[in-house]
Amino acid sequence: MVDAAARISPLDGRLFQDEGILVEPAVPAVRLALRAPSAARAALSKALGIDLSQRPKASAVHGARAALWLGPDEWLVIDEEGGDLMAACGTVTAFHSAVDVSHRNTALLVSGRRAADVLSAGCPQDLSRGAFPVGAASRTVFGKVEIVLWRTGEEAFRVECWRSFSDYVFMLFEAAARDA
Amino acid sequence: MQQPFRLADVGRLGAAAPVNFTFDGKPFTGLTGDTLASALLANGVHLVGRSFKYHRPRGIVSAGAEEPNALVGIHRDAARKTPNVRATVQEVHAGLEAVSQNRWPSLAFDVGALNDAASPFFSAGFYYKTFMWPKAAWERLYEPFIRRAAGLGVAPDQPDPDVYANRFAHCDVLVIGAGAAGLAAALAAADTGARVILADEQAETGGALRFETGAAIDGRPGWDWAKAVTADLAARDNVRLLTRTTGFGYYAQNIVGLVERLTDHLAKPAPEQPRERLWQVRAKRVVLATGAIERHMVFAGNDRPGIMLASAARTYLNHFGVAVGRNVAVYTADDSAWLAALDLKRAGVGIAAIVDARSEIRGAHVEEARRLGIECLEGHAVTATAGRLRVSSIQVRPLAGGAGRVIPCDALITSSGWTPAVHLFSQSRGKLAFEAETQRFLPGTSAQDVDCVGACGGSIDLAQTIEQALEAGTRADGAQGRRATIVKDVRGEVWSGGMLGTAETGTGVKAFVDFQNDVTAKDIRQAVREGMRSIEHVKRFTTTGMATDQGKTSNMHGLAIAAEMLGKPIPEVGLTTFRAPYTPVTFGALAGHSRGALFEPVRRTPIHSWAQEKGAAFEDVGQWKRAWYFPEAGEDMHAAVARECRTVRESAGIFDASTLGKIEVVGPDAARFMELMYTNPWAKLGVGRCRYGVMLREDGFIYDDGVVGRIAEDRFHVTTTTGGAPRVLNHMEDYLQTEFPDLRVFLTSTSEQWAVIAVQGPRSRDIIAPLVDGIDLSDAAMPHMSVREGTVCGVPARLFRMSFTGERGFEINVPADYGRTVWEAVWAEGEKRGACAYGTETMHVLRAEKGFIIVGQETDGTVTPQDAGLIWAIGKNKADFVGMRGLRRADLVAPGRKQLVGLRTKDPNTVLDEGAQIVADPHQAVPMTMLGHVTSSYWSENCGHSIALALVAGGHDRMGETLYVPMPGGAIAVEVASTVFFDEKGERANG
Amino acid sequence: MLLIHCPYCQEDRPELEFRHAGEAHIARPADMAALSDEDFERFFFIRSNPKGVVFERWRHMHGCARFFNAARDTVSDRFLKTYKAGEPKPDLGGEGR
Repeated sequence: MVDAAARISPLDGRLFQDEGILVEPAVPAVRLALRAPSAARAALSKALGIDLSQRPKASAVHGARAALWLGPDEWLVIDEEGGDLMAACGTVTAFHSAVDVSHRNTALLVSGRRAADVLSAGCPQDLSRGAFPVGAASRTVFGKVEIVLWRTGEEAFRVECWRSFSDYVFMLFEAAARDA
Repeated sequence: MQQPFRLADVGRLGAAAPVNFTFDGKPFTGLTGDTLASALLANGVHLVGRSFKYHRPRGIVSAGAEEPNALVGIHRDAARKTPNVRATVQEVHAGLEAVSQNRWPSLAFDVGALNDAASPFFSAGFYYKTFMWPKAAWERLYEPFIRRAAGLGVAPDQPDPDVYANRFAHCDVLVIGAGAAGLAAALAAADTGARVILADEQAETGGALRFETGAAIDGRPGWDWAKAVTADLAARDNVRLLTRTTGFGYYAQNIVGLVERLTDHLAKPAPEQPRERLWQVRAKRVVLATGAIERHMVFAGNDRPGIMLASAARTYLNHFGVAVGRNVAVYTADDSAWLAALDLKRAGVGIAAIVDARSEIRGAHVEEARRLGIECLEGHAVTATAGRLRVSSIQVRPLAGGAGRVIPCDALITSSGWTPAVHLFSQSRGKLAFEAETQRFLPGTSAQDVDCVGACGGSIDLAQTIEQALEAGTRADGAQGRRATIVKDVRGEVWSGGMLGTAETGTGVKAFVDFQNDVTAKDIRQAVREGMRSIEHVKRFTTTGMATDQGKTSNMHGLAIAAEMLGKPIPEVGLTTFRAPYTPVTFGALAGHSRGALFEPVRRTPIHSWAQEKGAAFEDVGQWKRAWYFPEAGEDMHAAVARECRTVRESAGIFDASTLGKIEVVGPDAARFMELMYTNPWAKLGVGRCRYGVMLREDGFIYDDGVVGRIAEDRFHVTTTTGGAPRVLNHMEDYLQTEFPDLRVFLTSTSEQWAVIAVQGPRSRDIIAPLVDGIDLSDAAMPHMSVREGTVCGVPARLFRMSFTGERGFEINVPADYGRTVWEAVWAEGEKRGACAYGTETMHVLRAEKGFIIVGQETDGTVTPQDAGLIWAIGKNKADFVGMRGLRRADLVAPGRKQLVGLRTKDPNTVLDEGAQIVADPHQAVPMTMLGHVTSSYWSENCGHSIALALVAGGHDRMGETLYVPMPGGAIAVEVASTVFFDEKGERANG
Repeated sequence: MLLIHCPYCQEDRPELEFRHAGEAHIARPADMAALSDEDFERFFFIRSNPKGVVFERWRHMHGCARFFNAARDTVSDRFLKTYKAGEPKPDLGGEGR
């Protein structure tokens, strides 16, 4: 039998560090693609113990759990401590769609003084602190692939992408980081 | 090495370190800060290249990016050979290797110069008149000889080893050009707190202040002010200052392309340091401070080396400390050349004469010239020049008539006035307005949030320029901007004058308008005589302005000459459109990071590494790498696939199907939505059951297919083709969001959530049984086409009983991070039972033996379910589904449509070529009537003969007919047969 | 690269995040089965393709993933307005020309 904790993440062992930039894989997480009309939002927020914001680009964090607004009826819920998000949503009877995407996505943590500049090699959004403040989250593009970008600190970002794109994303970070 | 034309105590490079470089293999020394042009001139070298068409000796015309003539090759190493580099832009560095172009055997003696003697043959419209026919001449004459004789540099023959970077940037104010205007605008904008990007194509900021010694700002010489402001701006957090950076393209909604050159000026770039960086800047406002470009005078023999723009000579003197000659003549119609002459004279350079085409010239500069003892000829024209590889004398004649005379000189500087650099403004879709009084096109109505300040906006007064710039810089911050910046005591030079076209209507000798494409005033006149009426026609007929410099120095002359010939004012003749790029941009800069491994994402499944370790061959399927076949020792592809095919049907095979697209359809209306999206009925599909679904477009053609499992009343697990996954989801989202928004359904891609391990073959159940928990695998409990949730190897799984091989089969879906571990467990069980791993080739063969289609192989966007033999998949009692109405279109139900059939070759060993055409009679005349084509073709080890699928007109009614596949080696006879070649009754999947 | 105002994200976002999706305000007929050949042709094949203001669909593919509508001038390549799917054609006033 497989040890259920023995997840093999696609970026296991990868790390890039240079002056002012660190790119590393995030720990494996539980993730939920949550879709719900506004009627179910309050009940789902309660069941998940986290506020599902209605504000574009907003995120909410509670402990190891976060909910990122991706669209007017869509959130990406991330739990880094293995919480059973599907079960939590299962208690809500109002119409919604909860789909486990824990393994569909993988995440990189990008931090350092140059983090925003390095991201700007492939992301066309304005990543200045005014336009993309700490806590902002958005689906967008990085080079030729789609990512979910979440600013977790002044100089720290979480980049979620589908697992098979993570090699490309990591290599583009390496290439962009060489451009001092 | 001496630099005989470098003057002591003149210019700004003074104490700079010497730099050694070579030109055509000959060693030279320049100074740090030199351009290749200034360094060559310091060494008395004017001849730097041969012209495009006539191979005429050419020299340095300008001191900037507008240079039409001095194009050289720069060779850094075997792979880094850049052609057509402007010597006026390339900075020298230690070891720089420059070579001249378009000459053989040498620059001084060039066989191709015969073209010059033969020039009547190469006159305007030459390409259109000559390269017409006969056809054979293309191969024997035009391509090998004529086109090779014309041209400039040689393209590199190795892949570019450099790396290039890309950056998206956003700012409140983007200022292009860091001369007096640009610096003032950036300063004003920065003082408001705005985010500012300031870009200049030169290595240093300062613009025309490099040479304009008469300028003073804030009580300091203009250049000193520029350096102080630059240092101030560079120190600010809200300013990004980019030198060696050209704004080359102005696109929609204030996005401007900049290219920053990072290493071309360095002797030894760091490894992996990007050579160039492309900036894609989105600016709330753009301030264009791109200055003006001086024009040359158009007269006979105006292209000899040693003849250059007055502002260039002044830049070489005042900035680089280089005299362009010892006895310099001046030919002008603008005051600016007088000031250049005065600077040269004061620096100790002899001035042979100042020839001005204007009569009655006056002003302080004229008095000063006379006071310095310079001969001044007003109302005169230069009518000829002499000197083989460098100008040695000019012939001068009064325009009013009278005898000419010859004046010896070793350089001639000219100016016919200044053309505002409105290129970027025009690219921004701003309208240009012609100012008749000054004969200039100036920025008119803006199409975007842009201001033009200084010379590019038409200002000829420095105080006005600074005022405009401060205003524009402040405005750039929108409502909150309040002007805080103060610049006092601005004093600049004021130049008046200018002319377009030729001073005297000339002779047969070449008076060049466009140096780079070798277009003369005579060519333009001839174009008009031959019927060209619009400047766009003249341009194409003569090629004027179509070279890499895009006619920066020549367009206005060409336009004026055409207008004069047509007897129309200039604006009525029109102005050719300005297009990006302003100056040439490397492909590398545009490609950026998207090269090599980053050209396109390469997607790999969680099981990829296992297949790689087993020595699998891979094939590309979209962006995916898929295991193609697993050769064992000594096996070629044919042997490996034959073994894999046999093994699956005799025992079992294990296949990585992870790349299949997957979509989770969730909600109380999920079944209703599925009914609309697929041809099949779904409402009555029981939970735990699967069905093969066919998706159409509204026009009735097959769009995708896949097996769908019902996980719960309100949850379907949909699979799509590998390549179709993104577009199928988009298609479904489109209908859900915009046509059926009231359905309570949501869609989520789960393609990469699941690793999918297909286990197919008679022993498949035995293989997985030891690994599965919580699922009854008996045929009664889990028949063919069912799905169960449980655990496999202890991890949560969705287990499908389904088959794309026709055998008893399962597809194990487990969360992707467990994929490889579960695969290895399945493999261990499989090995015990004689199973093999198989790849996509075997998958293809096995499904073709069963007549299962592959969307995109058997279908091409014009195939209906009926054509493909899938009419059974259409729900008979459905009120609606996407494509239902389309299917009833007359052409889609007409007889004679191409239908999917099997083909059996008469010789069982012949394997047809996929894509081969099919005919009824192989002896008919060419072109034959095609009945259809082969869509899939394989050797079938299990059948013992080749098999093929084909789309054939009226195919379903041709069973048993003999048709032919004409091939180069003769027609191949085939018999039309059923698409099912193996286990026709379909019993094996159930048992 | 255009800057497109997404009516769902309520901000201007770069064109790279979007995908064009054809002409807007062509509703799929409710009773497809009864559609005549001529009506089907009009519905499926015929598009207006005017010079000037077009009403078109876009999807914020790599953003909020919503389909929405836009009025764009094909001469100036300017967006006059973007609005949510299902909303009626906006009155463009003087801008519509």
